[in-house]
Amino acid sequence: MPAAQSAPLQPTQALKPSALTFQDLLFRLQAFWAQRGCVIQQPYDLEVGAGTMCPETFLRVLGPRPYKVGYAQPSRRPADGRYGENPNRLYKHTQFQLILKPPPDDVQELYLQSLEALGIDLKKHDLKFEEDNWEWPAGGAWGVGWQVMLDGLEITQFTYFQQCGGQDLDPICAELTYGMERIAKYLQDAASIYDIVWARDPDTPGAPGDRSLSLGSETGEVVTYGDVRLAEELQFSVYNFEMADVQRLWEHFNSYEAEAQALLEKANKLLADEHAGSKEKKRFPLLPTYELALKCSNLFNLLDARGAISVTERVGVIARIRNLAVGVAKAWAQQQQVSKLAS
Amino acid sequence: MSDFLLEIGLEEVPARMIASAEAELGKRVNDLLTRARLLAPDAKLSTHSTPRRLAVLAEGVLEKQADTEEQLTGPSWKVAFKDGAPTAAAEAFAKKAGVAVAALEKLTTPKGEYVAVSVKRQGVSATQLLAAELPKEALALYWPKNMYWRAGKPERFVRPIRWVVALLDSEIVPLEIAGIAAGRASRGHRVLHGAEPVVIDQPRSYSKNLRGAFVIPHVAERREIIRKALDAATRTVPGARWREDEALVETVTHLTEWPSVILGGFESEYLALPEEVLVTVMRDHQKYFAVEDPQGKLAPHFLAVLNTQVDEQGAAIIRHGNERELRARFKDARFFWDFDQKTPLVDRVESLKNVTFQKELGSYAWKTEENLRIAENLAGYLSRIGAMLGAVEANDLPHFDRSALLAAVKLAKTDLTAELVKEFTELQGIIGGLYARAQGLGERVALAIYEQYAPASTEDAIPVSVEGQLLGLADRMQTIVAMFGIGMAPTGSKDPFALRRSANAVVKILAESELPLSLSDVLRAAGEGQNHDQVAEFLRERLHFYLKDVRGFAYDVVNAVLAAGADDVRDAIARAEALTAARGSEDFLAVSAAFKRIKNILRQAEEKGYAHGNWADIRADEAKNLRSAIQSLAEKVAQLREQRNYVQALALIATLRPAVDKFFDKVMVLDPDPGTRGANLALISAILRNFSTIADFSEIVAA
Repeated sequence: MPAAQSAPLQPTQALKPSALTFQDLLFRLQAFWAQRGCVIQQPYDLEVGAGTMCPETFLRVLGPRPYKVGYAQPSRRPADGRYGENPNRLYKHTQFQLILKPPPDDVQELYLQSLEALGIDLKKHDLKFEEDNWEWPAGGAWGVGWQVMLDGLEITQFTYFQQCGGQDLDPICAELTYGMERIAKYLQDAASIYDIVWARDPDTPGAPGDRSLSLGSETGEVVTYGDVRLAEELQFSVYNFEMADVQRLWEHFNSYEAEAQALLEKANKLLADEHAGSKEKKRFPLLPTYELALKCSNLFNLLDARGAISVTERVGVIARIRNLAVGVAKAWAQQQQVSKLAS
Repeated sequence: MSDFLLEIGLEEVPARMIASAEAELGKRVNDLLTRARLLAPDAKLSTHSTPRRLAVLAEGVLEKQADTEEQLTGPSWKVAFKDGAPTAAAEAFAKKAGVAVAALEKLTTPKGEYVAVSVKRQGVSATQLLAAELPKEALALYWPKNMYWRAGKPERFVRPIRWVVALLDSEIVPLEIAGIAAGRASRGHRVLHGAEPVVIDQPRSYSKNLRGAFVIPHVAERREIIRKALDAATRTVPGARWREDEALVETVTHLTEWPSVILGGFESEYLALPEEVLVTVMRDHQKYFAVEDPQGKLAPHFLAVLNTQVDEQGAAIIRHGNERELRARFKDARFFWDFDQKTPLVDRVESLKNVTFQKELGSYAWKTEENLRIAENLAGYLSRIGAMLGAVEANDLPHFDRSALLAAVKLAKTDLTAELVKEFTELQGIIGGLYARAQGLGERVALAIYEQYAPASTEDAIPVSVEGQLLGLADRMQTIVAMFGIGMAPTGSKDPFALRRSANAVVKILAESELPLSLSDVLRAAGEGQNHDQVAEFLRERLHFYLKDVRGFAYDVVNAVLAAGADDVRDAIARAEALTAARGSEDFLAVSAAFKRIKNILRQAEEKGYAHGNWADIRADEAKNLRSAIQSLAEKVAQLREQRNYVQALALIATLRPAVDKFFDKVMVLDPDPGTRGANLALISAILRNFSTIADFSEIVAA
């Protein structure tokens, strides 16, 4: 056994923290996938629980049209908040979400190359693809795939989408979800998420003044994850667990649901109307309808964190969100068909 | 003679599915070659697998099927040829056989003259046959969960197929599976070998070629390497042993192509957490092996099985990474443990109202009330049984503490609201028990909660405490009766609430504890619902399963024993044991055969409407002889049965043989004279009545 055996708890010289900052990692991933033909999108500007819920995934995967897109999506899980006190858990974490539709034959090899692009030398790590299937019941979506384990840590969820919005996908797509905080914390060997170096200022004294993205400096003044986000974690935990007004959350929920439902009914009527023009069908606001459904989903998560939804109620509320999400997905697929015929 | 190799290259297949898929592929290839007469008599077939491949190697494949010659017989000669000229019938036959009319011959048989022809069939080559048939076999493999990957959804498989190797000796078999043409290029370890194809020269060099690319294709060999590597890594800690875990060894064997092992450590302070929690984190969440010291206590080390081979620097990085992750999880567990202590179990009873047991039935608060009622009933039966017995015998009854039992039932489900259980659902019950102990609720209460879900399987042990046994019975009977009540009885392979497992546990607890309770007792305690008969039949079925599949009694013994009573589980076991022993004796088998005969005769008599008379009216000496044998034995057998001395009772019954044999030799039971017949019928039904109380011997099948 190697000499390090005798003192397994002491980080050795080999574990010198990576110089890549949190934002460097994002830049590198974006550049890597941009070079392979992906659209790099900005995060969706609405509360979502996961990158999958953004229209860039949820709606784009429907229908036959190929699409490749990547984006870093802040993902909110109110019940996971820990007031900024837990070094491993967050209310809001960052998913780098990638959709490859259809998946290329060498999608796994490409993924491994993307890890190399993050500075991970695979010859010095243990990497496994372990079965992990994914399901989002409220979105009528599921797929099979893996959790990718790097030295015992799950760094990516790799899914072959099979169904979305209750519809079979053809072609299917590959969804890669990188857990950015986990990857950064691991590569920087940080004790807590809040210690992750988010950015480093190359202009500060002692820094080499190198502004290239490929080489991070190790000496500049740093801004940590905690500097950027700790207050947010604390305050949202307080709000989500203690102060969110349950009565009002329900009111919001019902109101968003009613509006979405009304739009959806109109959409279904219009799309089924043989006499309606394709122009009229194409301009129907299904994307805003979907946003209303996303609002409901986030409100549900908040109510859940407040402990306001009994397990008995839970199934029913999820079914209401599912109605909206699956309803929009169906209508969207039809609307895409209209667009195709018209063009 | 040739060798054949098939390798299906895949993206990582779930570890749990590989072993059965490998075996199935081997069987399919073997069956195909056998069916096609392409396997030499001394052929050898072996299978291989890694997460990225399934392979079959067949040594001793014939290059082509043997040619065959078959004689076809057609219409009679007279019909086929009129005045020497072929008729339409002859032409039709020749066409069907694929020959010219001129080739038809005359075949003379004892039945007459017919048209016949010999047809030669050329054997198909192995290459042709495999190319045509193998893709279907490969795609027909069973997978618990499938996926589509190609546009247009032409096929489903566990994961995308990425390459196929199919070689007959050094030649490629031109087949195509899921759009992939077979070739000779396999792939090596993702990282250690890289993307460069691995060329397989010929089937027999498969293993060698892959080994050169850092892949060990044989499962047994990888398993051995892992075991040895675990031993070697553990030896660096003086006196330590890795904790044997066969299921985990299997999992990591199917997660690796080129395994190695590293030893890691964690801070001793985490050893303050319960061992159950530590082991669950290591085994279920991280797939690590636990390490114990010479006393069997957990040591602050773990073993991780890697799918790579690294230098010292790599080992240090990987160890450090695994240690960090484990520490983070231990830290979480400790956080949850501390957090949960802020709300003691007794304060959690109320919140069970918010935890659904089953949508149509109610919450766990409701279930807890139901469990309490059943547990009180069971406790009541036990004290009544105790009261009926004398002081000495009552002393032999299992002791239990009624208030501890009821406290345990009341708190049993409260750990479902604990954060630690939400995190480690597989530890429900166990966590509750540990919390009860930590919160000073008493050892009996804690233990009963801790072991309420035991036995989890038929191999698992039952709870050691009487309170735990009673809680387990009450909980499971409540579930079974309530689920049957809303039409959720298991059907065929569908048993979504695992009611069979629950009932198996009920039977096992009754069988292996000392509780003086029967199946009808526990059913009565749960309440006589509308589905009483259905549940009773279900429990009886599970008892049958237990005796036959868990205890290993022969099926005829089980049928015979249960026909004479299927309520008292331990009594049924004792009778089955005695019957199994008696079954070896010839006398006993003869008597059993006589019982079968008696049953048949009684059935006939009933069909014909023959009345039974009085056995006082029998005439024949053999009948009188048999009557006195019955008279002298019946009471003794009844006594022995009462004393549960089944071995002696059965030995006595076997002594009936001479009298029975003589009776059936000489006496016609269904005598034409109604008086004699009625007396005979009375006699033989007396045999059944008096001697079928231990088992229905007519069920016994002579070996």
